[in-house]
Amino acid sequence: MLVKEIIEVLDARLLCGEERQDYGVEVAFASDLMSDVLTLKDDHVLLITGLANMQTIRTAEMSDIHCVVFARNKKVSPEMIELARENDIILIECRYSMFKTCGLLYGSGLKAIY
Amino acid sequence: MHFEYNIEGGDFTRAGYASSQVKKLLKKQGVEMSVIKRTVVAAYEAEVNVVAHAYGGVMYVDLDDRQMRIVLQDTGPGIEDIQQAMEEGYSTASDAVREMGFGAGMGLSNMKKNAHELNIESEVGKGTRVEIIMQIA
Ligand SMILES: Nc1ncnc2c1ncn2[C@@H]1O[C@H](COP(=O)(O)OP(=O)(O)OP(=O)(O)O)[C@@H](O)[C@H]1O
Ligand SMILES: [Mg+2]
Repeated sequence: MLVKEIIEVLDARLLCGEERQDYGVEVAFASDLMSDVLTLKDDHVLLITGLANMQTIRTAEMSDIHCVVFARNKKVSPEMIELARENDIILIECRYSMFKTCGLLYGSGLKAIY
Repeated sequence: MHFEYNIEGGDFTRAGYASSQVKKLLKKQGVEMSVIKRTVVAAYEAEVNVVAHAYGGVMYVDLDDRQMRIVLQDTGPGIEDIQQAMEEGYSTASDAVREMGFGAGMGLSNMKKNAHELNIESEVGKGTRVEIIMQIA
């Protein structure tokens, strides 16, 4: 699923990565637990989370995750956006709850990891 | 090549900086992506552990053509029972650490899975030394 499709399905807002909207994810994982995210082995993972801090971006960086959706209007700081830009990570902000976000993406054909 | 990075206990805004430098270094060396990921995930888990559980420490990185050796030496409370700490789910993390998205007790076992070799030594009341060895070629 392409980033631009994710944005459309979620009626969401792109925070950074304007030039990479044709990037495609193959699977998604929703978690606020970074310890859990760090155990993933898949490539082209979309992370859906309600945790918005610097370690969310660091975890994506270390796990080679290139696209993160923040559900439920979580406040993403300028420092987070800067760090994401440095590491080619696309950030998307969405007003829907985690449940609805996941449901919409799953319903659009995005596969789960487990 | 040798590098050293300071790690500040409790500083969750900077945690991951050292591991990020390690990633850049391995990328520059042209190391295979899957090995880079395993290395930096292990390094990052260890770095976050210093931030979450210790007062402060240093990450030492040594690199040659074939291997990378990462040592994290901290001053802190140490680990009383390393075997127990390695168990998945065992954690003494504070609420503050949990709010940052950590403290599930998965870090050490994940490090074990990713590192080619993992050695942990600890002295209660003094600190902990974690060594991660990776074959990079
Ligand atoms: N550097 C350290 N200094 C002191 N205690 C440590 C250190 N590293 C780990 N520990 C102890 O070992 C436990 C297990 O560590 P582990 O990394 O597996 O889990 P965690 O850090 O609690 O949570 P997670 O890694 O899932 O975020 C910790 O809760 C802590 O009690
Ligand atoms: Mg840990």
